[in-house]
Amino acid sequence: MNRNRKDIIIESLTGISVLLIIFIIISILAITIKGGWPNLSWKFLVEFPKDGMTKGGIFPAIVGTALMTLIMAVAAVPFGVITAIYLAEYARENSVFAKTIRFAVKTLAVVPSIIFGLFGLGFFIGFIGQNMDKIFNGGVMKWGQPSILWASLTMALLTLPVVIVSVEEAIRTIPVEMREASLALGATKWQTIRRVVLPGSVTGILTGTILAISRGAGEVAPILFTGAAYYLADLPHSLSDQFMSLGYHIYIMSTQSANVDATLPIQFATTLVLLLLTFSLNAVAVVLRYRIRKKAK
Amino acid sequence: MDNSGGPGKISFAIKKFRFSDWFAERFIKVVAFMSITFVALIFIFVFREAFPVFRMDVKQKIGSVDLVQEKYGEEEATPATANPVSGSAIKVSKPSSTLLSNVWMPVSDNPRYGLIPLFFGTLKVTLIALLFAAPIAILAAIYTSMFAKPWIREIIKPAIELLAGFPSVVVGFFALMVLATVFQDIFGYASRLNSFVGGFAMSLAAIPVIYTITEDALTAVPKTYIEASLGLGASRRQTAFHVVLPAAVPGIFAAVILGLGRIFGETMIALMATGNAALTSINPFESVRTLSATIGAEMAEVVFGDTHYSVLFLIGSLLFIFTFALNAISEFYFKNLVIRKYQSKK
Repeated sequence: MNRNRKDIIIESLTGISVLLIIFIIISILAITIKGGWPNLSWKFLVEFPKDGMTKGGIFPAIVGTALMTLIMAVAAVPFGVITAIYLAEYARENSVFAKTIRFAVKTLAVVPSIIFGLFGLGFFIGFIGQNMDKIFNGGVMKWGQPSILWASLTMALLTLPVVIVSVEEAIRTIPVEMREASLALGATKWQTIRRVVLPGSVTGILTGTILAISRGAGEVAPILFTGAAYYLADLPHSLSDQFMSLGYHIYIMSTQSANVDATLPIQFATTLVLLLLTFSLNAVAVVLRYRIRKKAK
Repeated sequence: MDNSGGPGKISFAIKKFRFSDWFAERFIKVVAFMSITFVALIFIFVFREAFPVFRMDVKQKIGSVDLVQEKYGEEEATPATANPVSGSAIKVSKPSSTLLSNVWMPVSDNPRYGLIPLFFGTLKVTLIALLFAAPIAILAAIYTSMFAKPWIREIIKPAIELLAGFPSVVVGFFALMVLATVFQDIFGYASRLNSFVGGFAMSLAAIPVIYTITEDALTAVPKTYIEASLGLGASRRQTAFHVVLPAAVPGIFAAVILGLGRIFGETMIALMATGNAALTSINPFESVRTLSATIGAEMAEVVFGDTHYSVLFLIGSLLFIFTFALNAISEFYFKNLVIRKYQSKK
C-alpha cells in the first residue's frame, strides 16, 4: 500500500477530529468535577435550599427529578413495550399502517423538546386539566395548572421513542427457532409472545427504561412551563403539585438568580449531580445493550 | 395471515379461534396506533393555540390610525415599524400584521411580534453550529470506519455516544460558564454571550447525531467496493475519500439534515449561551435570540390565551412544521436514494 504525505496529512486530520470531540467531552467532565466536587457532600444532597437558594442543598430537586422520571416511566414503558411488540411481532414490513407508525415514532424522536412543552401546556393543562376542573371540581383550579403529573406525561411522550427502539431491537434478537418451537408445542401466538418473547427481551425493556429515565432526567425544555418550579418549601405531595428538578435548578441558578457568582459552587455541584446521574444510567444502558448485541451475533 | 415478514410471522391457519389471542392482537394494534394519535394531537393542539393570532384585533387604538392593509407579506405593509412613530399618534397595529416586521417587542404599549429577527438569529446560530458540527463529525466518522484499528473503534464509538447523553442544560451551563470566557479571551469581543458561543455549544449537541448516522452510512457501503479499490492499488485515504465517501453521500446528507433539526430546535443551550437579544447583525460575536429560546424564555410569563401566548404557539408551529419536513425528507428521500444506490450497483 502506498502512503504518501497527502495520505498521512488527511488521515491525521480525521484523527484530530476524533481527538477534538474526546477532548471536549473530557473538558466538560473535568471542569464540572473540578467545580462541583468540593461542594458535593451528603449534606448537600439531603438538605433543602436555604437563604433564598444561596445556601443549602438540592434535596427537593433530586426528589422532584426522581418522582417525575418515575411517573414518566410508568406511563412511557408499557406504551413503548406494546408498540415495540406490534412493530416486531405483528406488523407486516410493507403495510401502510406499520410504516405510518414507524414514521410517527421517528417524528416523536426528532420533534424539538420545546414543542412537547407547548403541547403539554396546550393539551394536558389547557384542554384536559381545565376540563377536568370544570367537570369534577366545579371550576376550582386544581388540574388546569402546571403540575408534576402533566410534566411527567409530557416527558413520557418525549421518551416514548427511546423505549420503543430499545425494546424492538431486543425482541428482534430472539431467534425465530424459539418462536417456532413454542408454536409447535401448541402455544398460540399471544402465548408465545407472553411466555417466550417477553421474558427473552427483559434486558431490552430494562435498557429502554434506563435510557428513557436518563433522557427524562436531563431534559428541561418540556417542563419549563408544565410543572417545574423555581423554589418550593415542600416536596410534592400529590400529582397536582409542582416540583423542583435538577436541570431546571441549574438553568434557574445560572441565568435568573440575583447573584450568579455567589451560587457558583451550588451550580457546579448540581451540574455534577445531574451529570453523574445521566452518565451512570447511560453507562449501564451501554453495557446492557452491548450484551444484547453480542447475544444476537 | 402470511409468513412473508421477518421473524415471528408464522402461519396460524390451523389454530382454532381463541379470545385471548384475538383480544391481545386488537389491543396491541390499538396501543401502537396511539403513536400516530400523539403526533396528530401535537399537530392539532400546537396549531389550535396558534390560530387565534390571525383573528385577533387591535386591543386599544390610540389616535385615528386605520390599518386596512390586506397583504402583510411586504415590508411596507408593516406601518408600525416602517414609519417611525411620531408624537401622540402611536400606531397600534393588528398583531398578525406585525409578524413580518423586524422588531420583536412583545411586551410594550405597542406590542410588535416581528419574527424576522428571531428567524435571522436561529439561522445564524444554526449555520455557525453546522459549520463546526458537520466537518468534525463527518471526519471523525471517516476515521472511525476507515482508519481506526478495531479496538480503538470500540472505544471511540461509545465515547461519542456518551456525548449524546449529556443533558443539553449541562452543555449550556458549560458554554455559559467556560466557553464564553475562553472565547472572549481569545477573540476579545464585547458581549460575552453571543451566537458564536451558542453555535459552538449547539454543535456539541449535533455532533453525536451526525457522527452516528454518518458512521452507519459509511459502514453500510459494500465491502467489495473497498476491496476492489485497494486491490487496484489505491491507498486507504484514496479509497475513503474517492470510493466510500461518494457512495455514502445520501446517508451523510440525511445525517446532516437530522443534525440540523437537532440544532434548530435546541432550546436550553440557546437560552443559556446566545445572549437572547433579538438583533439582526451578521457579526457572529453579537447576541441573537432564537425561535425556540423565545418560547422557552417568554411562555412562563404570558397570560393564557393572550396574543403573545398565541404568537409563541405560532413560533412553535413553525418549528414543528420545519422539523417534521426535515424528518420526512431524510426519511423518504434519502433512504430511498440509499436503497436504490446499493440495489442497482451491488
